[in-house]
Amino acid sequence: MSDAPAAPGSGPLTGRALVAGAAEGAVLYSSEPLSFWGGYDAKTGEIIDRRHPLAGRTGAGRIMAIPATRGSSTTTAVLLEAIRRGTAPAAFLTRGPDTFLALAAIVAAQLYNRAPPVVALSAGDFDALRRIPRARVEATGTVLAR
Amino acid sequence: MRGKDGEGARLAMSILARMADVVGARELLDITSAHIDSSLYQGPATLEFAERLADGGARVQVPTTLNVSGVDEHGWREWDVSESWVTPARRQMEAYEAMGCEPTWTCAPYQTQPRPGVGEQVAWGESSAIVFANSVLGARTERYPDLLDICCAVTGRAPAAGLHLTGNRAGQVLVDLSGVPRRLAEEPALYPVLGHWIGLRVEGRIPVLDGLRARPGEDDLKALGAAMASSGAVGLFHWVGLTPEAPDLDAAFQGREPATRMCPGPAALRAARDELGSGLSDSAGLDLVVLGSPHFSLSEFAALARLVDGRRRHPGVRLLITTGRAVRELAARAGHLDAIESFGGELTVDTCILTTPMLPESIRRLMTNSAKYAWYTPGLLERAVAFGSLADCVESAVAGRVTRDDGAWTAEP
Repeated sequence: MSDAPAAPGSGPLTGRALVAGAAEGAVLYSSEPLSFWGGYDAKTGEIIDRRHPLAGRTGAGRIMAIPATRGSSTTTAVLLEAIRRGTAPAAFLTRGPDTFLALAAIVAAQLYNRAPPVVALSAGDFDALRRIPRARVEATGTVLAR
Repeated sequence: MRGKDGEGARLAMSILARMADVVGARELLDITSAHIDSSLYQGPATLEFAERLADGGARVQVPTTLNVSGVDEHGWREWDVSESWVTPARRQMEAYEAMGCEPTWTCAPYQTQPRPGVGEQVAWGESSAIVFANSVLGARTERYPDLLDICCAVTGRAPAAGLHLTGNRAGQVLVDLSGVPRRLAEEPALYPVLGHWIGLRVEGRIPVLDGLRARPGEDDLKALGAAMASSGAVGLFHWVGLTPEAPDLDAAFQGREPATRMCPGPAALRAARDELGSGLSDSAGLDLVVLGSPHFSLSEFAALARLVDGRRRHPGVRLLITTGRAVRELAARAGHLDAIESFGGELTVDTCILTTPMLPESIRRLMTNSAKYAWYTPGLLERAVAFGSLADCVESAVAGRVTRDDGAWTAEP
């Protein structure tokens, strides 16, 4: 009943680009927040929080859709390491703005001239990502199902 | 002169300005102190960031303390820390000291350092310290992540947003504790378990606790907050009649009605306690009992010394306490360390098992009374962990296997 904007190939979702950039890839979605410290292995890009639904999956190169980060303030440092190594997600889509992800991307842009885009979506648009297997993120903050 | 105008300060200000825009702050405000978590070595990127700032002449503009280090400078050889970790971790520590930060090396600076007062604007990192500063001290800090806390310290400024502003500090979720039985209310392990339970449910919202038939002490509030800030993203809680911004329920919610109400009972809390363990059943064998996340306090050392006095640990189980160098000195002077050393206990200072790769491969099974250690051990250390009270931890260290007293957790109201 509420599938109209969600099916692949349907209309774009528009969010606020906290860190602007373009990326395309498979969507890795979870409705559960994630701490990168203790939750993401910067060496491999694997999600290592055993209690998280995405445990064992790889985030490297994915369009990572999580509602927010949680827990440790070291999340930003772990993500910066991952960006430097090339094991970070290709983009982040969150439910509302997540300042930790934005900060890591902003520092990475300063230090390494590369940063995954970070886009804050409305709750409804974020939930719609659940049914989008692959997406393209545009610098304007628009997200297209591919 | 270089401190204010050099390359390092410019980098810090440009990151801060971008973040002010991200959080929608219209202005920056002055801070009176900072606590830095960025000093934690995570790999080459965190070291490069630190040295970009330090080599660029950045200097902190306010009194600034440092969180746990990546290495116990004096004691690391007693554990399984590799040289390849120690060298860059030390370099990163030196970079932050060069910026003028005080080498306090603790996640609980409020245990020994001057404390910010009620309403004071500060910029703190370290999730457990942030929630303590906001909730227990009534100071005002946003949840500053690594990389940003130092930018605030170097500029002496922070975006006027989030928990810096009165309107954003109102309670959002009422946690009614009147259903917690008296015996459980008097059990110190209630607090980390309750914090874990609340953090999972409130995520980033502000909980207001009320109705418990006991009055928590400072160590209890430390454990409660650290747990909430691990399983959730809690930066502030209020405790009615106890914390500075909650003289009564109405003040805690700033006159608004609670949007959500939660009433954890004994069954839910017992389940939360069991959930903190991972991969170790009761009576399972043990390799290590570890205490002190956040860093062990002087009063916790006193309690531990009483429990271990005249006893001896099982030969197969090591007992490790993690604390800061300042608290270790106080505990030594107070005479608490003799009983602990006779018991067979060991201390690591300035760091912890989560931030230094110090545990040998032979240590696979851990037990702790810290929700934070229990929460992060499976993912960060890939080891099994059991959770119990401080008394349970001591009994288990003696028995050589997980031993827990369920009395308080099965009590009727």
